[in-house]
Amino acid sequence: MDPIHQFQIVNFFPLFKLGKADIYFTNSALFMFIAVIGLTLFMVGGTAAKRTVPSRLQSAAELTYEFAANMLRSTAGHEGMRFFPFVFTIFMFVLVLNMLGLVPFAFTVTSHIVITAVLALTVFFTVLIYGLARHGLHFFNLFVPKGVPVYILPMIVAIEILSFISRPISHSVRLFANMLAGHIALKVFAGFIILLGSALGVVGWIGGILPFAMIIALTALEMLVAFLQAYVFAILTCIYLNDAIHPGH
Amino acid sequence: MADDTRGNGERKEPPADEAQLSARLQRLGDRLAEANRSSDQRTGSRPAADTSGFARGFRLSTELVVGVLVGGAIGWLLDRWLGISPWGLIVLLLLGFAAGVLNLMRAAGVMPERHLDQ
Repeated sequence: MDPIHQFQIVNFFPLFKLGKADIYFTNSALFMFIAVIGLTLFMVGGTAAKRTVPSRLQSAAELTYEFAANMLRSTAGHEGMRFFPFVFTIFMFVLVLNMLGLVPFAFTVTSHIVITAVLALTVFFTVLIYGLARHGLHFFNLFVPKGVPVYILPMIVAIEILSFISRPISHSVRLFANMLAGHIALKVFAGFIILLGSALGVVGWIGGILPFAMIIALTALEMLVAFLQAYVFAILTCIYLNDAIHPGH
Repeated sequence: MADDTRGNGERKEPPADEAQLSARLQRLGDRLAEANRSSDQRTGSRPAADTSGFARGFRLSTELVVGVLVGGAIGWLLDRWLGISPWGLIVLLLLGFAAGVLNLMRAAGVMPERHLDQ
């Protein structure tokens, strides 16, 4: 009945000790494991045969490749394609985790901000390190827009830097909050059925049809959101990487 | 003399053509750039177009709120480290608000992205 209960981390068995902290294999780790294994099987199985006329699996694998490649090419240009493995991994990982979360009784890994924050910070530091390695100090031109009068430049630079720093936060919060809110809404509506049924008896169970219909609609919406948030996460990754490749001209 | 003028005329002809051609090329380039830009914008705002207004509103509001929060947090930390309370908080909260609006406008596609190519 508690809509937050679904987000609880359960320790399965201890793996090793890191300093004083015990590192456990948790339900979150289990679902990440499932996602990675499933994805690996999907991509390896899809590309194993390499037929000219693709099988269904190969066609699906090619479709995901094309989708991610077009997304990256249209936002970061051809040079951006060197980041394709990175972007594709993030996109598929988040997509599969979001979708897995919709399976009844499954755990939604992306509803924890730790996970999304680590992903977003990885992107952030990739942009920072690659940008600095490739452009040196020219990378900081990113914070100096062209054609700004000198007397307001310090303020603009400060604002641009703040906007740059806030990116990993909005990047991670968006995915996390969408998944969290969606799953709580689902559980709350499911709770209504039980409440109605136990409070009003038969009338309540019949009345429970309404929240049940709502759950079905919400599940469909959540599937859309799961895909969309993975897409948004990946496309923002592309946009940020584009900054590292072509910082302000 | 006649030859000369004709020669001149002939010589003038190609430049005129070239000018025309380059003008047309220029126009074509402009139109292509325009089309590219609009298609970029379309891909950029594609998720927004496909989702409900709720998702779009949520996306834009996070941009604004996060900007303010980050500004406020940095200002608060500066206050603590440098002992200049409350100036760090005041200034950086305002700057953070500006950064949030900037993020918001970029996310909404009202403003061009920060990399102004060409």
